Amino acid sequence: MRALCWYGNNDVRAVTVSDPSILNPHDAIIRVRLSSVCGSDLHLYDGFVPSMMPGDIIGHEFMGEVVDTGRDVQNLQRGDRVVVCSIIACGKCLYCQRGLFSLCENSNPNAWAEGSLFGYHTAGIFGYSHLFGGYAGSHAEYIRVPFADVNAFKIPEGVADDAALFASDAFPTGFFAADNCNIQLGDIVAVWGCGAVGLMALCSAYLLGAERVIAIDRFPERLQMAREHVGAEILNYMEVDVIEALKDITAGRGPDACIDAVGMEAHAGGLPGMYDKVKQTLRLELDRPHVLRHAIQACRPGGTLSIVGVYAGLLDKIPMGAAMNKALTFKMGQQPGHRYIPRLLDYIAAGQVDPSFVITHRMSLDHGQEGYQLFKTKAEDCVRVVFTP
Amino acid sequence: MQQTTHQMMNQEQTSSINVGNEERLVSLLAGAALMLAGLKRIVPGGFLQTVGAILGGYYLFNRGLTGHCEIYHALDMNTAVETNKNAVSVPHQQGVHVRKSITINASPEEVYRFWRNFENLPRFMNHLESVRVMDERRSHWVAKAPAGMTVEWDAEIINEVPNEVIGWRSLQDAQISNAGSVRFRPAPRGNGTEVRVELEYVPPAGPLGAAIARLFGEEPSQQIGEDLRRLKQLLETGEIATTEGQPSGRGGSR
Ligand SMILES: NC(=O)c1ccc[n+]([C@@H]2O[C@H](COP(=O)([O-])OP(=O)(O)OC[C@H]3O[C@@H](n4cnc5c(N)ncnc54)[C@H](O)[C@@H]3O)[C@@H](O)[C@H]2O)c1
Ligand SMILES: [Zn+2]
Ligand SMILES: [Zn+2]
Repeated sequence: MRALCWYGNNDVRAVTVSDPSILNPHDAIIRVRLSSVCGSDLHLYDGFVPSMMPGDIIGHEFMGEVVDTGRDVQNLQRGDRVVVCSIIACGKCLYCQRGLFSLCENSNPNAWAEGSLFGYHTAGIFGYSHLFGGYAGSHAEYIRVPFADVNAFKIPEGVADDAALFASDAFPTGFFAADNCNIQLGDIVAVWGCGAVGLMALCSAYLLGAERVIAIDRFPERLQMAREHVGAEILNYMEVDVIEALKDITAGRGPDACIDAVGMEAHAGGLPGMYDKVKQTLRLELDRPHVLRHAIQACRPGGTLSIVGVYAGLLDKIPMGAAMNKALTFKMGQQPGHRYIPRLLDYIAAGQVDPSFVITHRMSLDHGQEGYQLFKTKAEDCVRVVFTP
Repeated sequence: MQQTTHQMMNQEQTSSINVGNEERLVSLLAGAALMLAGLKRIVPGGFLQTVGAILGGYYLFNRGLTGHCEIYHALDMNTAVETNKNAVSVPHQQGVHVRKSITINASPEEVYRFWRNFENLPRFMNHLESVRVMDERRSHWVAKAPAGMTVEWDAEIINEVPNEVIGWRSLQDAQISNAGSVRFRPAPRGNGTEVRVELEYVPPAGPLGAAIARLFGEEPSQQIGEDLRRLKQLLETGEIATTEGQPSGRGGSR
């Protein structure tokens, strides 16, 4: 089959590889219909996630059709149209049973490696480096899905492929981010980053009862999406002082919750930006925490900071004094999508949300490099490139 | 009651420092350097080399921070004895001791029953080729040794309380004289079972032989840790997570 593989920084190529097969009794093989790029892939593409190997198939946000099932798969049948959570969970460990699926204890075959880095290990993730299990990703014609009964969700009739696709990753991630804000009636939620994840976080904050949501980014086309498709108020951080603007919007109170939907490759102008860029390039600091710093500063006392933008390693100059003295609550993590996906598919089926507005480009796998280049540079107003293998 | 726990914890903390001060500093520096090298990918080679360097770096770094070295611990070596005489707690100077534990989301009865059928052990202990049960107490073990060789011995159960503990040791003419025990205890709030394993063995060529073997990746403590993780996966999900045999763009399947 054709598959898009990582060969080094800024280097992905479509090549012919062998077809996947059932390796374990709970596996299913899915024929991929749609597979999207994600901001997390950029961290691989840009070389900030260790333990990638040349030849790794990337991609983790996908939907498709079941073509084969292992002998212990019970809920799926050949021909079922499914969306698969990007995070792999077993459904049986204590974490899974408590709904903390992204902390699954049994889905990462390289648990020892991640455990040595982070103290303990977490769940495996499709196409997301060997630390997270080394699973082959979804930018391919076929993919093997472990614990398929737990990780693949049947798509209700009437829900289009384009919309269901984002119930894999961007939508549950945004929903998780908003859910972590413990939103109360009348709350104001500020979201940094208007990629698909940030846009879905804005949507979700409304779904969970926020009174006002504020979108922060620098790309006009993305901010426009936030305004037109979500109904958010928008702030371009290149044009206004975000912290002052948020004070103004909230009449001096500050946002009740701040969501970081940007992560370790945040952009910043000026000297602070240079400082982190240089340190990150030298790998003296792994991540560039501009957004984290701003969000801590901007959040009201007693507010919540919800982090879904990915960080991989060590951060520098985090204003812990502000966080501590303002008694902020920090919530974060990789998305436990299994907790939300059926509910999100219901929202889509009911016409309350249609995430497919984030699709700006469609391509075949053979144009993978071009797609990632567009997505990385945000050229041609690119928000999500979707591959049709 | 609280005080006793506190004292115990303190004791454990002191006795877990087994790396001397100078060595700790060297570990910290070398660890940081290796970690950065790994992250900068200046280490030639693929995943294993890169991750190896990063992890090796973290490992040394941690050892510098905490003053505790797993490998020394497993080997019963202690370079901190000079400054901390009371810390030497393990009497044997010859054998290799390994202690590892894990919590499994299954009842003590289930875990005990699975383990008690020794023929199940090779399903999760990668270094065992086979175990054949001979009678109620005795069994024959075959382990994989370096360079495609095998090591065999007969073992007998010397201690057993159903659902709580199984203890065994090798019989006299064993090629590797060894002993082990596994304990099963309900985890707090009935959330599964705490499984604690202790193993002790005298390798064929003495501690040096084991140390050399270990250089080639045969770290017993990590090995047993991985074995226990596989046991957990098997008992909780009925399978062992793997990517062995999946496609990649490295030519053929890996
Ligand atoms: N936690 C999870 O489970 C999970 C899942 C998916 C994605 N993610 C992470 O979410 C983040 C966003 O993903 P995406 O797919 O939306 O990526 P994306 O690249 O499409 O969007 C990132 C956005 O952040 C904006 N941005 C950069 N610097 C900023 C700054 N200083 N202030 C405000 N906005 C800034 C960019 O302009 C861009 O619009 C990534 O870090 C990704 O790894 C996490
Ligand atoms: Zn993603
Ligand atoms: Zn699990």
